[in-house]
Amino acid sequence: MVREITIGQYYYAESVLHRLDPRVKLMGTLIYVIALFILNNILGYVFAAIILAALIKLSKVPFKYIVKGLRAVLIVLLLTISLNLFLTPGIQLVHFWIFTITAEGIKTSVFMALRLIMLIMGCSLMTLTTTPNNLTDGLERSLKFLEVVKVPVHEIAMMMSIALRFIPILLEETDKIMKAQAARGADFESGGIIKRAKAMVPILVPLFVSAFRRANDLAMAMEARCYRGGAGRTKMKPLKYRRADGVSYVLMAFFLAGVILISRFGTLPFEVIA
Amino acid sequence: MSIIVNHLYHVYGKDTSRPVKALDDICCEIGDGQFIGLIGHTGSGKSTLIQHLNGLLRATGGEIYYNGRDIYDKDYKLKDLRSKVGLVFQYPEHQLFEITVFKDVCFGPLNQGYSQKEAELRAFHALRMVGFPEELYYRSPFDLSGGQKRRAAIAGVLAMRPEVMILDEPTAGLDPQGRDEILEQISRLHREYKMTTILVSHSMEDVAKYVERLIVMNRGRIVFDGIPREVFRHYEQLEEMGLAAPAVTYVLNDLKKAGLDVDTSGITVDEAADSICKALKSAGKI
Repeated sequence: MVREITIGQYYYAESVLHRLDPRVKLMGTLIYVIALFILNNILGYVFAAIILAALIKLSKVPFKYIVKGLRAVLIVLLLTISLNLFLTPGIQLVHFWIFTITAEGIKTSVFMALRLIMLIMGCSLMTLTTTPNNLTDGLERSLKFLEVVKVPVHEIAMMMSIALRFIPILLEETDKIMKAQAARGADFESGGIIKRAKAMVPILVPLFVSAFRRANDLAMAMEARCYRGGAGRTKMKPLKYRRADGVSYVLMAFFLAGVILISRFGTLPFEVIA
Repeated sequence: MSIIVNHLYHVYGKDTSRPVKALDDICCEIGDGQFIGLIGHTGSGKSTLIQHLNGLLRATGGEIYYNGRDIYDKDYKLKDLRSKVGLVFQYPEHQLFEITVFKDVCFGPLNQGYSQKEAELRAFHALRMVGFPEELYYRSPFDLSGGQKRRAAIAGVLAMRPEVMILDEPTAGLDPQGRDEILEQISRLHREYKMTTILVSHSMEDVAKYVERLIVMNRGRIVFDGIPREVFRHYEQLEEMGLAAPAVTYVLNDLKKAGLDVDTSGITVDEAADSICKALKSAGKI
C-alpha cells in the first residue's frame, strides 16, 4: 500500500523523452506550467491536452501509470472544484440551502480542475522519464546562475538527490518494521483515529532511528572519500546538449507562441457569458 | 500439533510485467518440538516461506494447516496465529521502540490482550529465558550493545509464549562470541521448553551443530529435507546452489579421496577428529 505513490518515481523505457537532456525537460515543464496559466478558453485547453497526450504517447509510459499519480492529489482537486463551484459570484443557476451554483462557477471550476489535472500529469511525466540523478544534475546546471548571489546550488542539489535516493529505501524499511511489529501482535487497521495514531508509534520510532543511522553512515562514507562540496568538482557523466535537445527548445517556443495566440484570438463566440 | 504446508506458491508482483516466483510448490510438515534448520542462498525463498507460516504473507496458491486448521479459512484469526508462531526477523533490534527494554518486551503480551501485570510477568520471564542481564532492564534499548539488543528483541517475541519459534538469521552481524551465545541460548530454549524451533541461516557450521533436521531451499523449491549428515552428503550439489557443507565435510572427503578410509558422515569438528583417529588406528598408523 505504501507503494501506490507514483509521483516522483522513475519509469524505465526507451524513448525520445527519456533520452532528452534533463535541462530541456525541466524547461519544458516550466513552459507547460506557464502555458496552463495563460490559457483561458476551450480551444487552448484542447490544444494543451493534445500536446500532453502526444508527449505521453512518445514517452512510452503507460497512461494508467500517469493517472495513478492523480490519486495522491484527489482531495486537493475536489476541494478546489467545490470552492470554485460554490463561491464564484455571477448568474445564479441552482440554489439550495446555503449553496449557490453559478454559470461562472461551473466554468472556472471545470477550467481549474483541467488545469490542475494537466499540471500534475505534465509534472509526473517529467519525473517518470527522468532518473532522480539526472533530474538533480539538470537542476544544478539550470540554477547555477544563482551561485552569483551565494546560493549553495550544488549542496542543495546534493541534498535533493540524497533525499530522493532514500525514498525507496525508507519505504522498504517501513514495510519490514510493520511486518515485525505485526508479528508481535500490533494492529494497524482497527480502532478510531487516536488508536490508529498511537499504533504508528512502534513504526515511526524505529523508522526514525534507522533513518538517522543511515544518514550518519552516509555522512561518514562521504567524509571518508573526502567529499567537500561543489567547487572544482567534475562529473562522471557531464550533461551535453544534442540535436534533439535543440529541436525541443525550438518546439517549446512554438508551443508557447501557439498558446499565447490561442488565448488572444481563440475564444469561441458561445463562451462569452454576458 | 504441527504445521503442514501443502503445495504452497507465492508470486511477487503478480500483475506487473515481471512477476517473480518466490515459492514454487512447497510441501513439508513441521512436527511438534522439532529443531529445524532452513538454509538457502539469498533469494531462495526462505524468508518468504517463514512469513507465510505466521500469516504475514498470503500465498498465491496452496494451503497451510496449523494444528489441523486451514489458516486461510475465513473465520481463522491470523492474529491468534501470530501469537502462536513467533517470528524473529533479521536484525530484530531494528524494531525496538520503547523507552525501556522492559516496556518493549511487554509490547507483545499487551497486544495479545493481557493485563499490565500479566504482561510484565511474561516480559520478566522472557528476559530471564534469554539470559538478559537484570541491571539493564530499565535502560533504553538504544543504549545497549548489538548482542544485548538482539537478546531483548528475541525476548520481545518470546514474551508472547509462542508454540513455534522462527528465527531469521539470528546471528547476522554479531561477533563470534555473540553468535555462539545466541545460538546456545536458542538451543537451550528448545531443550528446556520443547519449543518447535526453525532456524534460518546460511552458516552451515551453525546449523550442523544444533539442528536435528535440515531443509534446503533453492529457487523457491525444497531441494533436500533430512537429517544434517544426510543432507551434507550432497555437498557437491549444495555447492552448485551457492551453499557449502561444513568445512570438516570437505576435509573428510578429501582424506577419503587421498586413500585414508575415514567415515565421511561427521559434521562437527569433534566427530571428524574421532573418525580420523579411528581410521588412522585401523590403518595401523598410530
